[in-house]
Amino acid sequence: MKRLFALLALVGAVGFGAPAWAEEKVAAPEAAVAQVATPAPVAVEEAAPAAAPALVPNKGDNAWVMMSAALVILMSIPGLALFYGGLVRTKNMLSVLMQVFVVFSLITVLWVVYGYSAAFTEGNAFFGTLDKLFLKGVTPESVGATFSKGVVISELAFVIFQGAFAAITCGLIVGAFAERAKFAAILVFMVIWFTLSYIPMAHMVWYWAGPDAYIDAAAGELAGKTAGFLFQKGALDFAGGTVVHINAAVAGLVGAYMIGKRTGLGNVAMAPHSLTFTMIGASLLWFGWFGFNAGSALEASGGAALAMVNTWVATACAALSWMFAEWILKGKPSMLGAASGAVAGLVAITPAAGFVGVMGGIIIGLLAGVICLWGVNGLKKMLGADDSLDVFGIHGLGGILGAILTGVFADPALGGTGVYDYVANAVGPFDMTAQVISQLWGVGTVIVWSGVVSIVAFKLVDIVIGLRVPEEEEREGLDLTSHGESAYHH
Amino acid sequence: MKFVTAIIKPFKLDEVREALSAIGVQGITVTEVKGFGRQKGHTELYRGAEYVVDFLPKVKIEAAVRADQIDQIIEAIEKSASTGKIGDGKVFVFDLEQVVRIRTGETGTDAL
Repeated sequence: MKRLFALLALVGAVGFGAPAWAEEKVAAPEAAVAQVATPAPVAVEEAAPAAAPALVPNKGDNAWVMMSAALVILMSIPGLALFYGGLVRTKNMLSVLMQVFVVFSLITVLWVVYGYSAAFTEGNAFFGTLDKLFLKGVTPESVGATFSKGVVISELAFVIFQGAFAAITCGLIVGAFAERAKFAAILVFMVIWFTLSYIPMAHMVWYWAGPDAYIDAAAGELAGKTAGFLFQKGALDFAGGTVVHINAAVAGLVGAYMIGKRTGLGNVAMAPHSLTFTMIGASLLWFGWFGFNAGSALEASGGAALAMVNTWVATACAALSWMFAEWILKGKPSMLGAASGAVAGLVAITPAAGFVGVMGGIIIGLLAGVICLWGVNGLKKMLGADDSLDVFGIHGLGGILGAILTGVFADPALGGTGVYDYVANAVGPFDMTAQVISQLWGVGTVIVWSGVVSIVAFKLVDIVIGLRVPEEEEREGLDLTSHGESAYHH
Repeated sequence: MKFVTAIIKPFKLDEVREALSAIGVQGITVTEVKGFGRQKGHTELYRGAEYVVDFLPKVKIEAAVRADQIDQIIEAIEKSASTGKIGDGKVFVFDLEQVVRIRTGETGTDAL
């Protein structure tokens, strides 16, 4: 009976997501009408790049982006699932694997239904439109912009690459309230949060008209105004430090507060049940992150190689710095420390990967390891939330650190690439202070946006379904009580 | 007949088994167990969270033997399981009333 109610509530709440879209649905028909009434400008806009020297996707770039999408999917399943799974107790292993696996599947479907369209079409500064609902008009012939003029990739390759990002972002959140959240509550929360936080953040940071629109200063200015809010602010986020990591970490932290602490925290041993799995998971994350960061170049270019080397080196630096700091402060170098440090380094280098030089990457990595170690100790105590798997301590803090340091080390004077000016077709002058302020805009926006959306979403889910399982189910373990199976048979 | 239960350090199991075989013990039963004695537990540290592990893994050996073997057996276990450090374990000896070999129905010392 209770389950039936939960199911009904789930269906209701998913439908409940619809009103959130009502405003845009109202706007959509207008756009459609406009298209019908005035086909000319639309045709010019859409067909101009295709009609001129008919841009054909570069096969190498296409191959790299598709390969990268698969690598990012590997990060979610099984990478993140195992990393998280190893950190929980035996009785909750499957619940974590299941949460990551199903959230991945759920977001995948939402992405092709409306996510891609709302994030990557020209709308206002915060949302796109529903013009590409159900990937309408996205065919094997459609192309998407890269970061070079006259170079395009297949739009479908971009769809899956970006979809993999959306999926892992939502998967990251579950670590903050592992071992106690209700499965149905997680799914409904993800639908709401993905729609109202992930999509607009992706649009704000990444949506732009593409380099080919920047023909001259006037056209560039015009094109600039169609870009997302943070893109216009000049915030640099190479592969998603704000969109993915801070965004997910804030949602996780809010969840940890609102769902409450695990029963028995502080009295019951909650040691990780398998650091072997955690090490395998962290390694798969590292491996997949080459697709995440280097793939974000959208081209198989030197810039992608730079991002790849940074992803390799900064991560190693962070693993070492966390381990040494722990060795000095706590007496022993631990496997969990090295693995956590690696993830912290990956997070911190994400926004910087294609903008900073390798020496900049080393510094970002070294700092990330030490600062995130503080994030899971000192900061965690100050925050007082039971963020079970330290999503905020690592992804939030690492993301903020990376975002700010991107503004510092992108400086060509410090070995960075600077910011390319598509009007002048050269690297523009770099103002570090202004860039750091732009970066802070990004950080501030995502914290407030994701924070507010998360509070509202968790509150709604709490009212409709309830956020956590009953205490006796929590004590028995979510594997048996939520999923009716056990991870291990001894 | 006597029944011997010994709690030993896990890594000493092979040596103890060899020592017991050498003096003619026909069979033993081994169980992985957890417990604490004077050695107490230890502390584990995961990302700053400290957990006191009260119960340490040990191996429990059980053997049913003839009464005249018992001193030799105790000595064999004592020697083979010893490291000289805290936590080496203990040997418990009980009187054993009856033994039955299920296959043949033999009883008493014949069944050992």
